[in-house]
Amino acid sequence: MAAIAGIGVLILIALLVLSALVALFGGAFGSRKLANLGFIVFCVGGATLAIASLAAILASLLANGLGGINLAVFTQDTPAVGSSGGLRNAIIGSIAMCLMGMIIAVVVGILAGTWLAEYSGRSRWTAAYGSVVRFVNDVLLSAPSILVGLFIYEVVVLYVVHHFSGFAGAISLALLAVPVVTRTTEDVLRLQSKQLRESGVALGAPLWITIKDILWKAASGGMITGALLAFARISGETAPLLFTSLGNQLSTVHLPIYREGGRWLFDPSLGLNQPTASLPKVIFDYALSAYDDWRRLAWVGALLIAIAVLGINILVRVLSAEPKRS
Amino acid sequence: MTAVPADPPATGRPSRRAVSRGSTFDPIFGFLCGAAATLLLATLTGVMISLAIGGWPAFAKFGLGFFTSTRWNPSADIAGGEFYGGAGPIVGTLITALVALVLSLPIAVGVAVFLTEFCPRTLRRPIGIAVELLAGVPSIVYGMWGLFVFAPLFSQVVETPLAYWTPPPFLGKGFADFWNNAVIGDLVPNGSGIFAASIILAIMILPFMAATLRELFLTVPPKVRESAYGVGCTPLEVVMSVTIPYVRRSAIGAVMLGLGRALGETMAVTFVIGNAHNFPKGLFSGGSTIASTIANEFAEATTPLHTSALIALGFVLFVITFAVLAIARTLLNAQRQA
Repeated sequence: MAAIAGIGVLILIALLVLSALVALFGGAFGSRKLANLGFIVFCVGGATLAIASLAAILASLLANGLGGINLAVFTQDTPAVGSSGGLRNAIIGSIAMCLMGMIIAVVVGILAGTWLAEYSGRSRWTAAYGSVVRFVNDVLLSAPSILVGLFIYEVVVLYVVHHFSGFAGAISLALLAVPVVTRTTEDVLRLQSKQLRESGVALGAPLWITIKDILWKAASGGMITGALLAFARISGETAPLLFTSLGNQLSTVHLPIYREGGRWLFDPSLGLNQPTASLPKVIFDYALSAYDDWRRLAWVGALLIAIAVLGINILVRVLSAEPKRS
Repeated sequence: MTAVPADPPATGRPSRRAVSRGSTFDPIFGFLCGAAATLLLATLTGVMISLAIGGWPAFAKFGLGFFTSTRWNPSADIAGGEFYGGAGPIVGTLITALVALVLSLPIAVGVAVFLTEFCPRTLRRPIGIAVELLAGVPSIVYGMWGLFVFAPLFSQVVETPLAYWTPPPFLGKGFADFWNNAVIGDLVPNGSGIFAASIILAIMILPFMAATLRELFLTVPPKVRESAYGVGCTPLEVVMSVTIPYVRRSAIGAVMLGLGRALGETMAVTFVIGNAHNFPKGLFSGGSTIASTIANEFAEATTPLHTSALIALGFVLFVITFAVLAIARTLLNAQRQA
């Protein structure tokens, strides 16, 4: 079955190469129609190949992951070899680190985006500095995430916390989310009208009140969209967590006030001050293992992440599509 | 009788501001915003400096050999002692990214043209959205699919037949040598290797490039395109001589962004590249990239020099991707301002 699909793909690729050759050289033999036909076949075939391969990925995710979803996945921790278990510690760890990263990223990103949109145009020097920052932000937007992980390892893990920790993971995720938030914040603030700014000044409000109560409020939809996109991006990131949060067989994340061994305890670190499990890291480890139960859990984890990321992206589309109509 | 609340007694000059509180916070707020912007600059500089410092011991010890040698030997017991030469991963990174780009770019252009020129109107939006959504799927999903679904199939349908095929004699000895050395290399038909990793990378950057190119194609004014159709151009001629030249600069920028992604990608590659440190013999040999080497070895690095060599590799990756991304952004921004 799979082999037939594979041979089908090979035939499609052969067709693509052939049609590309016709499109490129058909004109040279004086037949513009033939060249155009080759081009149409190439475009339609290319789109088919792209959609088929992406559909194949989603289909195998569903086929391998859906069967493994049960209550134990959400209520039990990652198992030792041979025993049964779930992904609870990894799911909680991922959510905690992503949320903490997002809190940092939203604060820094919104302030930085506001500076770029509202303050950078004040003089020649700030404008020049603004364009440097904008350029740096664009580079960070697509910088390799594993390098951010290395940076956090060298700074936070080696010199600040001195061991692998959920904090280091959260900070590296924050660094990946900040450029997204900054970019969208600047873009939506620039879309706001001049009158809106002037209305604040006309009331005699200080600039920061104008920005906080008028501009941010008017731009809130776009800023929420940016934050959600950043969240979607970091929730699937694996590489920066490999040597920052490392991983943990136990569920170590807890609320600030929690109950353990019959006593109420208070710990504002949320348990992130130690190696913390995360979903992408568990997938990475378990997929490369030799045990079938572990591989099954890896598929379940990959499916959960894909659902979460696609769900957030769809939510963003629904949110950002509505105001356009009204 | 209830007392009518009187106006608050005037205390000196009435304020002319409707909202008067808080103007002392203004400079502080401006400073906070500026500090946040500076933090971005500090991050990029920090990444560069920390990688340079961390990799310095390896650079200093091996010098140019770090870039030219393929010997990667973490154990001091083997003859020659501990030695790290990064040529294998560096070349592997460049080859996989370039091959992925070559495979993916024509298809991405095809998809973008299909969506803007040929697709039935009712399907245009759903397919466009699907492509954009798929650009956000985490790379580890592509990696897992590559390991469990793609690799066995690739081994069965492509690699095994190739391993048994010998070039027919009429193609000449030159072709046979090229085929055996540069293409086949030391092929082990297990579905992993440089070419397999390139294909997975190509599939991963395809939705991203297709979505970006489609957006660029949509910026071409309909009048320009329609006038080309009006003088009797075929769709091929419209795309080749109107659409693509119109967006040329930003299209190159978008392609460079795709290349940047492929260069720094970790997870999609690590699963299927085979993780061999030697210089890749051929397209089907096992190999490694900088990112996959770091991902595999960093947490288990045995000596300080080993860690330093891995960070040095990271510095090389930083320099390569920074150059690519800088060119990409310059091209994209130039178009935006024009």
